[in-house]
This record gives sequence, C-alpha cells and structure tokens, in this order.
Amino acid sequence: MKLALRELRRRPGRFVVATAILALIALLLMVLGGLLDGLVAGSTGALRAQRGQLIVYSSTSQESLVRSRITPAVRHEVEKSAGAGRVAGLGSVQLGARVEGHGPRDLVPVVLFGYELAPRGLPNAVPAAGQVYADSSLKSEGVKEGSTVRLGPARTPVRVIGFLDDSRYSLQGTLWGSLGTWREVLAANRPGERAGQGVDQALVVSVGVADASKEAAMIDRATNGATKTLTVPQAINALPGVSQQQTVFNQIIGITIVIAVVVVGLFFALITVERVGLYGVLKAIGASSGTLFAGVLLQALVVTLIASAVGAASSLALAAAIPEGSIPFVATSSRLLTSTAYLLIAALLGCAFSLRRVLGVDPAAAIGAEQ
Amino acid sequence: MTAVAADLALQMNGVRKVYRVGDSEVVALDGVDLTVGADEIIALVGPSGSGKTTLCSIAGGLLTPTEGAVIVAGQDISQYSAKQLTGFRRESVGFVFQTVNLVPFLTARENLLVVDEIGPRTGRRARERADQLLGELGLAERAGNVPAQLSGGERQRVAIGRALMNKPDLVLFDEPTSALDTRLGDQVVNLIRHEMKSRGTAAIIVTHDDRITHYADRVARIVDGRVTDPGSQNG
Repeated sequence: MKLALRELRRRPGRFVVATAILALIALLLMVLGGLLDGLVAGSTGALRAQRGQLIVYSSTSQESLVRSRITPAVRHEVEKSAGAGRVAGLGSVQLGARVEGHGPRDLVPVVLFGYELAPRGLPNAVPAAGQVYADSSLKSEGVKEGSTVRLGPARTPVRVIGFLDDSRYSLQGTLWGSLGTWREVLAANRPGERAGQGVDQALVVSVGVADASKEAAMIDRATNGATKTLTVPQAINALPGVSQQQTVFNQIIGITIVIAVVVVGLFFALITVERVGLYGVLKAIGASSGTLFAGVLLQALVVTLIASAVGAASSLALAAAIPEGSIPFVATSSRLLTSTAYLLIAALLGCAFSLRRVLGVDPAAAIGAEQ
Repeated sequence: MTAVAADLALQMNGVRKVYRVGDSEVVALDGVDLTVGADEIIALVGPSGSGKTTLCSIAGGLLTPTEGAVIVAGQDISQYSAKQLTGFRRESVGFVFQTVNLVPFLTARENLLVVDEIGPRTGRRARERADQLLGELGLAERAGNVPAQLSGGERQRVAIGRALMNKPDLVLFDEPTSALDTRLGDQVVNLIRHEMKSRGTAAIIVTHDDRITHYADRVARIVDGRVTDPGSQNG
C-alpha cells in the first residue's frame, strides 16, 4: 500500500493524464446531474413545498392542475373521508407578469397559486386579498418586497409581501396568495377558465398517517370516483416531462459512468502491463497478488477521488458563475457525493480488468525461469 | 521419506523438473541431489540452458519440482501451495537478481523496507535493520538516493541488502556480476562472501563466470540438468 502511495507521490506525471480525463468525466457527470436536479427542482418546487401528503384532482383532469376542478360537494366528501386530516384548496394559473422596471412588453412568466394550507417556508396565515409571496427566483427579475406585479392581459395588480425558496413550477417563478386572489385573477385574465365560488382546482390533504397511498384510495372511493388522489411524489412524476427528463438524463449519466469504467480499466491495465517486471520481482521476494492488486485499487481510488474533487470544485464554481434564473443548474452536496460514489465504483470495476494480469504475473519470471 | 539434516540450509533429493512444450517434454533438471550447509557458499556453474536458473528457482520456492524433495532450513517445500510458497519466500529466502531490479521510485532505504511492507509489518525493527544493513554495506550516505542516482555497484549492494532484510536461511544470487566489470565484480563477490560468512547465512551463486568460483566454499557443476556436486551427501 505504501508502495502504491509513494508511486503516486513520486511519479505524479504518470497519473496526470488519467486524473485529467477522469476529472472531465466527473465534471460532466456532476453537470449532467446538476442540470437534471435543476430542471426537476424548477418543475416541481410548488408541489414539493406542499405540507400535505396527498393532492386530490378531479378524475377527468388526467392529473393536471389546469384541467382539474373540485366542486364544493366533492370537497365535502373528501373532508368527510379525511376525517381528522386537514383538507385545503389549491388553485393555479400561468400568466405573463409585468414587473416594475421592465418594459410594457417584457413579460415575466409566472404561476400564481392560491392556497389555504401554507406551503413550506410561509406563515400559516393566508395573505390578504391582492397580496402575494413570491418565489425568490423572481428577485433576479427585479421583484422586491413591496413591488406591485401586474398579472395577465387584465394587468391585475398583486403586491409582493415576502419571498419563499424553491417553489418554482414548470420552470417558472411562482406567486402565492389566497384562493380569493387566485379566483379574482383567473376570472379577470382567463374568463373561460373561471372557477366559481367554492370551486378549487385541487385539494391538498394532510392526513398525518404513514400509509398515504391507502388514504388516497379511500378518498377516491368516498367521492365515488369523482377524484383522482395522488401522493406528492406521484403528483410530481405525473407532471408533464418530469419522468422523461429523469429517464433521459439518467441514461446519459449511466453512459458516462460506463465511459469512466473503460477509462480507468484501460489506464490501469496499461500501467499493470508496464509493471509486469516489477511485480515479478515483488512476488519473488514474497508479495502476494492480493497485496499488489490492493495497491492498484488504492491508486485508482486516489486518482478518482482527486478527479472527483476537481470535478466537484468546478461544478460549484459553475453553479456560482451561472446567473440566477438563466440555466436550471444546481450543485447539491448529495449530487456531488453520489457522482463521486459512482466514479469510485467505476474505478473499482475498471481495476477488475487488471486483476487477471496481476494474478498472472509469474514470480519465476523475475529470475528468468517460467513455469 | 527424506531424512532432514538440521544443519543444512538446503537439501535437494532426486529433484526433477520437466516442462511441457506443446506435445513434447523438456527435462530441465534430472534427478538432482544437492546439499548446502548452514553457512556454506556454493557456486553453481554451468553453461546456458543447463538448468542453473531452474535449480535456483526451485530452491527459492519460485517453482515447484515435478518430482523429488526440496528442504530449506528444515522445511519441506516440495508440496507447498502457491500461497505457502509466497510466505516461504517472504520469510526464509533472499534473492539477488541478475538485473538488480530495484523499485525505481524508492530510495535505497525504502527498497530494503519493501520486504517489510509486503508482509506483516515490524515497523521500527525493520527500519533499524535497514539502517544497520545500509551501514554495513557502505551505503549509509546513499540511503536517500533512488536507484537512478546510484552506481552499478551501489545498486548491487542495495539488492544484497534487500535480500538480507528478512534474515534468510538461504540467499540465491543469479549471475550477480554479469552486469559489472571485472574489478567491480570482484568487489561485489568479496562483499557477498563477507556478508554471508559474517551472518552464517548459506548462499548459492549461479554463474557461468569461473573467476567467481574461488570465492565459494564449493563448486557444483550442472550440465543438461544433472549436477556434479562433490559435497553432496547423496552423491
């Protein structure tokens, strides 16, 4: 082991190329992961911010907020079924917003949510009519506390009274107000989609039980099939494009990991071929194949860790350099650690190519006699 | 059953080694009987292809014999598994190879300590022994130099030090002077004799250089895999 570490320290030049290539692979892996996380976070923040465990849609909505309508009668059935659980209305509308300081045609796309159960990061009390909290991503568009934002073609004004984090939806900034504010804005700007008094788009149900999916089935039975209830993770997956994004990115990440396996495998296989003579001598003086292979593994892991550290530092630098709201990229510690773990596994797998060669080194070759 | 003599470093009885090459067999050693006393130095002389290296490899546990018994310092290694032979080589024999073969990125001192690092570590004791050996071999000043910074003779001395690190019962030298000029060759063989005799360690020096033979206690000649050993108890 000491031998392997000394070689790394004293002959760093031998490992520079492999480390550089692996660092680029690590960066690619972390950037891909960061983009996926950014896209998913930007698409799903509003649902992840919900304090309830279930989202109730109307059964004909195909799990889409825009198409869903819950009448007071259905809500009553849901409330009866949920028992002690809290049932709260939720509404949303996507609009262009005119923000102070922007030109009259420079619209900022936003989603206005009306809520009863405060999402994570907001006080329990619902804001007064015409007042909203804004997602912090809208700060980059010039939205400030106290700003008046004019929504939609009717330019319905709402005043921003505070901010919350990580609540984006469909990669747009969100505004959070009362259900009354939502109904008013909807009626003014989307008259065809107007929601009558007491009508919600969906319901957020806080059931406080471990098995939320069982509760979901009970709600749908209680409404006699008028509703389609999903857990929050199911509702996130039902968002258009989210699971497709995850599938595509995960496939690219998988291919990148395979490339890492091949790079490590080829590099250490080459190094092992170069060392056959040295390994013969070391085996002749009593080194076991296990000791020698452990040295190869250790070198691969150290090289991979250095490459991952370079990749992670570059990812963090990239995340800091990207202007907020321009590219959906986040460098989370969990993503960086997961990518590093994948690369370490790739390094171990890659080294397996060298194992046969290390085992095959004949100590008798050191003295010129072979079996 | 082979009678084991306690005062012998090496006892080979009826050792035969056959290599398979395609469909034919090549007999490298043919009924070799050879003994080496506990502090004896034997020169093993013979032409190329006579079986010197094969004999040396079998005595050092690098190869296993096809037939016969090989007993090193009381251990019958003829039937040892590959794993047992690895342990045996680590603990009981020393090798000095023809091409020296030091680890190029390690200093002279670290090259000696490799022997400790590849087995169960003894740490401070190993470091003390390495320093002592380097001092005795006249390399104390060169302990921090890597092989590329050492002369051919110094490298050979480091290799001898490495072979002695594990306090072996038997040291095997494979053509130790072949890469050295006459004067340096004499110095190295003198040093080998001095080091072996001062420690009471047995040695086999494989050579085809007849000038070396007068440094040995005995000369065994090998031709076509058969040994003529004037000192062998078995013939």
